Amino acid sequence: MSRLEVAARGAGKVASGDLRRQRRWALWSAYACLGLFCVLFLAPPIYALVTSLKTSQEIAALEGNPWLVRDPTLANYAALLGSSTFLRFFWNSAKVAVIVVAVTMVIATLAAFSLARMRFFGSTVLATGVFLTYLIPETLLFIPLFQIFTWLRDLTGIEFINRWWILCIVYPTLTVPFCTWILIGYFSSIPKELDEAAIVDGASTLQLLLKVFLPVALPGLIAATIFAFTVSWAQFLYPLAFTTSLDQLVLPVGIVTNLIKGDVFNWGQIMAGALLTAAPPVLLYAFLMDYYIAGLTAGATKG
Amino acid sequence: MAQAAAISRAQGERGAVRGGGLARRRARIAFLLCLPLIVLVLALVIYPAFYSLHLATLNKSMTRFVGLANFAFLFKRETFWMVVRQSMIFAVSAVIFKALIGFVLAHLIHRLPDKGQRKWRGMLLVPWVIPPAMSTLIWWWMYEPSYSALNWLLAGMGFAPVPWLGDPYWARFAVILVNVWYGAPFFMIMYLAALKSVPAELYESAEIDGANAWQKLIYVTLPMLRNIIAVTVLFSLIVTFANFDIVRILTAGGPRDMTHVFATWAFKLGIESNDIPLGACVSLFMFPILGIAAVFILRDVHRRSRELAGVAA
Repeated sequence: MSRLEVAARGAGKVASGDLRRQRRWALWSAYACLGLFCVLFLAPPIYALVTSLKTSQEIAALEGNPWLVRDPTLANYAALLGSSTFLRFFWNSAKVAVIVVAVTMVIATLAAFSLARMRFFGSTVLATGVFLTYLIPETLLFIPLFQIFTWLRDLTGIEFINRWWILCIVYPTLTVPFCTWILIGYFSSIPKELDEAAIVDGASTLQLLLKVFLPVALPGLIAATIFAFTVSWAQFLYPLAFTTSLDQLVLPVGIVTNLIKGDVFNWGQIMAGALLTAAPPVLLYAFLMDYYIAGLTAGATKG
Repeated sequence: MAQAAAISRAQGERGAVRGGGLARRRARIAFLLCLPLIVLVLALVIYPAFYSLHLATLNKSMTRFVGLANFAFLFKRETFWMVVRQSMIFAVSAVIFKALIGFVLAHLIHRLPDKGQRKWRGMLLVPWVIPPAMSTLIWWWMYEPSYSALNWLLAGMGFAPVPWLGDPYWARFAVILVNVWYGAPFFMIMYLAALKSVPAELYESAEIDGANAWQKLIYVTLPMLRNIIAVTVLFSLIVTFANFDIVRILTAGGPRDMTHVFATWAFKLGIESNDIPLGACVSLFMFPILGIAAVFILRDVHRRSRELAGVAA
C-alpha cells in the first residue's frame, strides 16, 4: 500500500472525491509521460532489432516504413555466428572479461578487507586515494600507457602492443578502484561483533575473510563482479588504441572497425553484431537488476 | 556499537603495551593485503599520469626536450580553441539535460504505486546497460542520411530532412543527443535511490502546512537531495568531459573537426598521426576539470565520513 493511496483515502473523507480525482489524474499523467520516455529510450535498440531481421535488399529499398520489417530473416545472425572472425572477437572478449573479473575481485576484496577493518600507516589516505583513482578517465592515460608498452617492448623484447592479453593488464585500472570502494562500504557495514566472535573461536585472518566476510557481503561481491564484467565487456578506447590485427580484437572494436569497411555497409549484419555484443550485459542486467542497481548507487551513496 | 569500538580500542592499547609486536604484525598483514592494489595504482595510473607530463615536453620523435613548445604550438592553432569550446559545450549541455531528464523521470517513477516501479525502472535503465560503443553504432544508423529512420519520422510529421551528421552544427547536436540518451538513466537511478531516502513525514508535515506540489519540491525535495545532485553532476561532468566512444564512432571529429572533444582529438594526434607528445599535451587539458571536481568530491567524502563517525559514536 503506497503512501499516495493512504493519503488519497484520508483526504477523500475530508474533501469528497475531488482530491481523489486529482490524484488519479496525476497518476495517469505520470504513466503517460513514462510511456513516452520508454518509447524514446527503447527506440534505438528496437530499430536495431528490426534492421537486423531485414535482408540487404529490403534495407536498400527506400520505400515503406523503415521501422517495420516485411519478410523477417535470421540470415544476418546466421552469417555472423558462422563467421570465424566474429567468433574470434567473441572468444577474445570472453577471455578478457573472465580474467579481468577474476583479477579485479581478488585485488579488490583483499584491499577492501584490509581498508575496512585494519589500520596501517597511510591506510585512510589510501582509501580516499582509491576513490580519486576511479575519477581518472582512461582518455587521460591511453597515450602514456601506449608509450610505456612500446618502451617495455624495446627493453624486454616482448611484444605488448597488439596482443589481446594486454587488455587484461590495463582494464583492472578501470575496475579495481570502484570495486574496492563499494566493497569497503559493504565490509564496513558488517558488525564488528561478528569478527570478534570468529576470532574468539580461533579463526585466522584468512579464515575470517573467507568464512565470515565473503558470505555476509555476497550481494556486494555480486554487484562488484557485475560492474567489472560490464566495464571490461564494453571498453572501447583501450582496445582501439592497443590492438589492431583481426585475431587480437575484442567485440566492440571488432564490430566497429571490421564490419564497416569501404563504402559498402552491411547494415543488417552490423546491427545484428551490435545486438549480440549488447546481449551478455543486458541479460546479466535482466536477471540481476537489483544487484546491478545496488552497485551503481552504492558508489555514490555509501561511505 | 560504541561499546564494541571501545573494547577493540582497549584491546589495541593492551596489545601496544604488551610490546607492540602483535599490532605491528597486524599492520604488516593489512599492508600486504593492500599491496596488489597499491602496485596497480602506482604502476598503471599514477606513473602514466606523470609520464604524460614528461611526454608533453618532448618533440615529435621524442628525442629532444622542447619545454613548453608543444603547448605554445597548440595555443596558436585554431582547432585547439575549437576543441576547448566544443568540449565545454558538449559536457555542460549534456550534463544539464541528463540531470533534468533524470530528475523528472525519478519523480514520475516515485509517484507510482510501489509494485509498478520496478518494471518502469527496468525498462528505462536499458540505454545505460547497452555498451556505449554499440548503442552509438545504432544511433549512427538511425542518423544515416539516405535511409534515415529519424528523417522518415520527421517527414511523416511534415518536417524537412535533417543532415544529422553532415552539417557541423547538427552533428554537434547529434553527439549531445546520444550522450543524453545514454546518461539520463544513470541520473534517474541515483535520484530515485535518494528520493526513497527522504522521510515521508517531511512531505506529510509540509502538506499539513498547506504546501502545494511545487513548494514541496522546492522546500523539501531539493534541499534533501542537494548532496546527491552535486555528486552525481560532478561525476557525470568528469565522465562526459572525457567521453570518447560517442564522438569517435559517430563523427570521428568531423565535419571540419567541429565535433572533436579532447579525447578524440588526442587520439587522432597521438595514435593516428603518431605524434605522441602532442596527443599527451591535449589530453593533459582534462586535468584542471578533474582537479576541481576532485576537490569538491573529496570535501563531500570527508564530510560524509565525519557524519558516519558521528552516527557510530
